[in-house]
Amino acid sequence: MSELPLKGIRVIDVSVVWAAPYALQLLADYGAEIIKVESLQYIPPTTRSLGFFPPKEMVPILGALGRSFPDLDPGKRPWNRLSAFNCHFRNKHSCTMDLRRPKGKEMFKRLVEISDMVIENNAAGVMDRLGLGYEVLSEWKPDIIMVSSPGFGKSGPYSNYVGFGNSMMALTGFNWIRGYRDSAPETTTTSVWLDSASGPAIAFAAMMALHHRDNTGRGQFIEFAQAENLINHIGDVVLDYTMNGRVQGTPGNRHPYSAAPYGCYRCKPESRKVRPDVFAPNQYADDQWINISVFNEKQWQGLCRVMGNPEWAHDKKFSDVLSRYQNQDELDKHIEEWTSKLDKYEVFHSLQKEGVPAGPVLDDKDAYNDPHLKDRGFFEEVTGPELGTHLYPGMTWKMSKTPGSIRKPPVRLGEDNEYVYKTLLGVSAEEYAELEKEQHIGMDYVGV
Amino acid sequence: MAEQALSDVKVLDLTWQIAGPYCTKLLADYGADVIKIERPGTGDPARTYSPFLHDEPHPEKSGYFMYLNNNKRGITLNLKTKSGQKIFKELVKDVDIVVENFSPRVMPRLGLSYEELKKINPNLVMTSISNFGQTGPYRDYKASNLIEDAMGHTMLTRGTPDREPSKSSGDAMLYQGGNMAAAATMLALWTRDDQGICQQIDVSIMEVHLTSIDFRGTYLLSYQYAGIIAHREYGLSFGILPMGVFNTIDGFIESAITPVQWPRVIQMLEIPDLAERFPNILDMSKKEEMEAVIIPWFFERTKREVTEKAQKAKTYIMEENTPGDAVEDPHFNARGFFIEVNHPEMGTVKQPGPPFRPTENPWVLRRPAPLLGQHNSEVYCDQLGYSKQDLVKLRELGVI
Repeated sequence: MSELPLKGIRVIDVSVVWAAPYALQLLADYGAEIIKVESLQYIPPTTRSLGFFPPKEMVPILGALGRSFPDLDPGKRPWNRLSAFNCHFRNKHSCTMDLRRPKGKEMFKRLVEISDMVIENNAAGVMDRLGLGYEVLSEWKPDIIMVSSPGFGKSGPYSNYVGFGNSMMALTGFNWIRGYRDSAPETTTTSVWLDSASGPAIAFAAMMALHHRDNTGRGQFIEFAQAENLINHIGDVVLDYTMNGRVQGTPGNRHPYSAAPYGCYRCKPESRKVRPDVFAPNQYADDQWINISVFNEKQWQGLCRVMGNPEWAHDKKFSDVLSRYQNQDELDKHIEEWTSKLDKYEVFHSLQKEGVPAGPVLDDKDAYNDPHLKDRGFFEEVTGPELGTHLYPGMTWKMSKTPGSIRKPPVRLGEDNEYVYKTLLGVSAEEYAELEKEQHIGMDYVGV
Repeated sequence: MAEQALSDVKVLDLTWQIAGPYCTKLLADYGADVIKIERPGTGDPARTYSPFLHDEPHPEKSGYFMYLNNNKRGITLNLKTKSGQKIFKELVKDVDIVVENFSPRVMPRLGLSYEELKKINPNLVMTSISNFGQTGPYRDYKASNLIEDAMGHTMLTRGTPDREPSKSSGDAMLYQGGNMAAAATMLALWTRDDQGICQQIDVSIMEVHLTSIDFRGTYLLSYQYAGIIAHREYGLSFGILPMGVFNTIDGFIESAITPVQWPRVIQMLEIPDLAERFPNILDMSKKEEMEAVIIPWFFERTKREVTEKAQKAKTYIMEENTPGDAVEDPHFNARGFFIEVNHPEMGTVKQPGPPFRPTENPWVLRRPAPLLGQHNSEVYCDQLGYSKQDLVKLRELGVI
């Protein structure tokens, strides 16, 4: 087997929550050695927990993020068990040091000296206040690459604003164009797309800096303002405003500009309840849907054929692209009347066979059972200590000669202290014991 | 001016529509020499996408196309003709990367599969972006932003339980596909330069979203860990503090306050006795009572006032900007984020600027999106050595 693409690249991970951790997952999956630097004294909010460790009896009433421990059991070390973080902890290493004390800083310095890159997404100024800004790091390691990704960048009136992806996104305009078109914005489900969009872009920035270092021998500092990256993901909407003065609202599930029918239609129910012991309101629901998007006349004809050429489809109201776009309320009713009697996969395949873009709205179970994903070997089985054996979402893209894989289960707090301190930093057994005693090194948070 | 990070990288760009062009836009914006190939006559279908300048449909006035194709050079070439394929192979000789997002059968059918191209240029890497990947039973299936949201992302969980699932913003699924493909392409380039291994990258937009951090990875793993299928729920929250979108006097705010922030939330609200009324912030039975305190507090203030009070107390709440507000926002303007692009047919159009700012080698707007076939003579004559007469002939034959 060939080497992994990023073999030999060591990245220090001072990340929190989801954005930079997602980028680091991508780098880890393809072979970089990611060293998460964590602290036993400081539990960063929403990084290994939701900021609190619930007692077992409370778990079933928590929301979707808080309850997802293996078998709904927080266990002895709940910080190693929550799905929201374990989903991106694979292939990473974790060591612990208290960066607020001199000894922790000294160890961090020694780690920087043997690393290629530092990636962090703390609030602006946090690293500088710790005395670990780029100026300091680059004195220790002149060709170090540092990617800092606060929400709003290092300058400007909001540079000190704090938030999670979902609140920071609000300022970008991204939230304005989501949700139902005929319900109040309050019905919108919160989303942290900011973090999702930042992941690949931070990874791209990091790779670019490596390429540059390869060419010139120079490292650098990259300022990554997450909000500005996200605005790029609605570039067309921005241009509608700057060219035409139009402030787009949400089109709901409809196409913002021209295609119709374009929507989400109810399918035949498949009633079930998976966990009767869990408070999850919609588990009873017959939550089966198909998305259909018709862009042109050919696809419309295909849809008509699959529906059995119903009479209503020949109405003048639906005779061309424009009239279909204008009469969508009625059009959608007709289509849903047809889909609601059918299984979502049945509609999916019969429409695709006629060249009509369509796709079932998958739930988590559907994804694991999906024949296409099985055929591509997308999910990978991983056994973790303190976790058991489960399937995990696999590689984000496939490389024909150097495919990545999940080689290491979701990393536990401090799991790789021995490797990092003894093998990488050359710390003696005595010093290691001393660091343990001083609570730099350990696998349990202090005071939990 | 500093050399850009990718100034030494040459890309042959066969992408069209949205996801592929966003990938090559990122490469071009950071310095790569990207030659975009379009079909003669009509060009990239994105030239027909709204929004148009002054709502006037015109192949050189699509804002969508313009935005996605800055910094690229553009040529026309009909790959369905033998001469077109021959010229394409001449171009391949001199590049590092080919990026394409055709349906997976197209390139092999044209005799331009990665294996064929590698015979001409052994140092070539190729990124193939597609809806569902290069292999598997859905490889020929069609998709859209809406369908990728349903099959790859968490659409099922967005919206309210009494209604249909609700898609995410705009064409986010497609932009993200392109964003991811750019990272994958850089990785392929690195692997070539570092290890001498050249290969093809298979980016399935569906799979890009299945690893997404925005709840997707969490929910997929939650099913494995606890057998829970995620559906739409009212008011996703970490406890009893209200999260999500709420009304104010003059618009909306988005709240991301969590139990850890409770002491700071008390400071923000400036309401006496709160600590006594809610001694246990994890007590779910107090959810309604808490909402009755906080939601009216939002409603009695302007969105800016809420934002400022929240930020002063370091709680996670911010106002909702419309896309227009974002363009006018003092923060992004103080940072000079939006830039003006001068285009020969469209005049000056303000656009989003750098997604990130490397200190060594900046994001630079070097040229606006190409007119259809704008760089034909530059590429075919100056680079490949065809004569002006050859170009006339090729045009007559429908090759360019």
